[in-house]
Amino acid sequence: MPNPLLNTPQGKPLSLGTRITRDFKQYAGAYVMVLPVLAFFIIFSYKPMLGALIAFKNFSPRLGIFRSSWAGSYGFEHFLNFFNSYYFWRLLRNTVTISFAGLIFGFPVPIVFALMINEVKNAKFKKSVQTISYMPHFISLVVVCSMIRLFVSEDGFIVYIMQQLGYTGSQNLLNVQNAFVPIYILSDVWQNAGWNSIIYLAALSAIDLELYEAARIDGANRWRQTVHVTLPGITGTIILLLILRIGQVMSVGHEKIILLYNDFIMERADVISSYVYRRGLVNGDWSFSTAVGLFNSVINFTLVIMANRLSNKVTGMGLW
Amino acid sequence: MGKAYSNKIMQHGPWYQLFYGFNILFLTAVILVTAYPIYFVLIASFSDPAAMNANYGLMMLPKFPLSIRAYKIVLNHPLVLVSYKNTIVILVVGLLFNLSLSSLGAYFLTLNKSMWHKPIAMLILFSMYFSGGLVPMYLNVRSLGLMDTTWSLILPVAISTYNMLVMRSAFAAIPDSLVEAARLDGASHFRILTTVILPLTGAMMAVMVLYYGVSHWNAWFNASLFIQTPTKYPLQLVLRQVLILGQNAEFEASTDMGDAAQMSELIKYSLIIVSTVPILMLYPFLQRFFVKGVMVGALKG
Repeated sequence: MPNPLLNTPQGKPLSLGTRITRDFKQYAGAYVMVLPVLAFFIIFSYKPMLGALIAFKNFSPRLGIFRSSWAGSYGFEHFLNFFNSYYFWRLLRNTVTISFAGLIFGFPVPIVFALMINEVKNAKFKKSVQTISYMPHFISLVVVCSMIRLFVSEDGFIVYIMQQLGYTGSQNLLNVQNAFVPIYILSDVWQNAGWNSIIYLAALSAIDLELYEAARIDGANRWRQTVHVTLPGITGTIILLLILRIGQVMSVGHEKIILLYNDFIMERADVISSYVYRRGLVNGDWSFSTAVGLFNSVINFTLVIMANRLSNKVTGMGLW
Repeated sequence: MGKAYSNKIMQHGPWYQLFYGFNILFLTAVILVTAYPIYFVLIASFSDPAAMNANYGLMMLPKFPLSIRAYKIVLNHPLVLVSYKNTIVILVVGLLFNLSLSSLGAYFLTLNKSMWHKPIAMLILFSMYFSGGLVPMYLNVRSLGLMDTTWSLILPVAISTYNMLVMRSAFAAIPDSLVEAARLDGASHFRILTTVILPLTGAMMAVMVLYYGVSHWNAWFNASLFIQTPTKYPLQLVLRQVLILGQNAEFEASTDMGDAAQMSELIKYSLIIVSTVPILMLYPFLQRFFVKGVMVGALKG
C-alpha cells in the first residue's frame, strides 16, 4: 500500500509542499506534545554545549560567553596548558587504570553470577539470591562511600578481617595509595554485579529449551550442554556489552571519586572528571576546566562511536 | 528443597550433583557477603554506644543492651527532618515532570513515519553521548537563575534519555491495530497517548517510578553545587555533610550527656538506616518488572 504521506494513491511521489502539509495535518498534535521535550533538550543539553565554547576563551562572567576574549594559541591555550601540565599523565594513567581494572575484574563477575543463578532449580532460593544481590544497587553513593569509609578505617571490620588473615598494618586503608583501586573496584562489584547480571539472566531465559532437549538426545551431559548451548546463547550479549564497555574506557565518574579520595591518595585516585570538578567548581578555573572536560568528552564520544560501529559489525546489535 | 527439584538433580550424574551442591553453597556465601555490610550497619545502629566504642571486629549480633539513642538524636535533629521533607518534595514534583515529559517524548519517538521523527530522534540521541561538561552545566543553571532553588534539582534532570528510550520500547510494543483503531475513531495524539497507550503500560510505569524515584532519592551532587541554604538541602546532602565530611557539630550539640564522641559513629549508622530503609523496602515489590525494563532499554536490538 502506498504511504499517503509520501505518494499519491497512484504511487507517484508527492511534492515537498504537499508532503509537509499532509505530515503537519496528521502530526500537528504530536509536534505540540514534543515541544516541551525539545525545550528541555535545547535548554539543558544544547545550551551547555554552546557554553563549552568557553574552553577556547578566557571566560569572564561579567562579559558573557561571546564577549569574553579568545584564549591564546588560536584558542587552544587551555588545552595546551593541560597537556603540558604535571597532571595530564597522572590523570590519564589513573582514569585508564581504574577503568581497566573494573573491566578485567568487574566485567566477568555478573556473567559467572548469572550462569550460577541460572542453574538453581529451587525458585524460592533463586528469588532470594536475586533480591539480595540487587539490593546494594539502590543504596545511594553517599551511603555506600560512607560505609566504605567506616569499614576500612583503623577499627573497621574489613581491616579486622585482614588482620586476622595476617595483615600487619593498622591504618585507614583509604590513606594507603595502593589500596584505592581495589577498594573502588571491589565496592563497585559489591554494589552493581548483581544488578548487572539481570541482562545476562534475561539472555539466558531467552535460550530455546528445545536446544537443550536436542543436546540431551544427542547424549550431551549437563557440562556439555552448558558449553554448547548455554554459553553460545549469551555470547552475543557478552560481546556486545564488552564492546560498549570498552567504549567507556576513558570515562570514570567523578561522584564516587570525590566521596572517597583525600590528599594522601590523590596521586592514585584523582581522575579526569574529579580534576575537572576540583579545578572548575572548587577553584573556579572555569575556562581551563571546561577545556579539560571537553577533551575528555570528545575522546569518550569518539570511543563510543567506534565501539558502536564495531558492535554493529560483530554482533549485529548496537546502541543505534 | 522439594521432591521435584531433587529428582531433577538426581537424574544427572554424581559430578553434576557435586557441582549443584557447590553452586548452592557458593551462592549462599555470595548472599551472606553481600548482605553483611547492610546487616552490620543495622545491628551497629541499635548497639550499646559504650560497647561499640571498644573494638568490635566482625560483629554478628548487636552489642547489648540495645539502644535507640542514636535514632532519637538523628530524628530530633531539625536538619534531618527538613531535608527528608525536601527530598520528598523533590521526588514527587520531579516524578511529575519525569513521567509526563518522558511519556510525551517516548510517544513522539514511536511515530517513525513523521517527517520530523528522524531529526528529533537524532537530536535526542546525540545528547546522550555528548555533553558540554560539568562547568557549562553549572554555568547554565546559574544563568537561568535557578541557584539555591528546588527547581535546580528538578528541571536539569527532568528527562533521562535512557529511561525515555525504555518507555519508547514499551510504547512501540503495543499492537498497531489498537492505535490505528483509536485514530480511525478520530482520537487526537494526546488522547491516544493518555487513553490507549498509558493504560497498557502500567508495569513499565512502575519501573520508571522506581528508576526516576531512586535517582532523585540518591542524588547529592547537583545539590552540592546549587543549594547553599541548609534548610533547602536534600537528604543526601545532609548525609554527605555528616558521613563524609564529618561535620556533625550540630549533632554533638544535641547530645547533652557529654558523650558526643561515643555517639558520633552510632549517629552515622542510624542515619544510614533512616535514609536507606524507604528505598530498600520499596524495591522488592517492583522487582518482577525489572528484567523487562532492563532488557528493552539496553539495546536497540
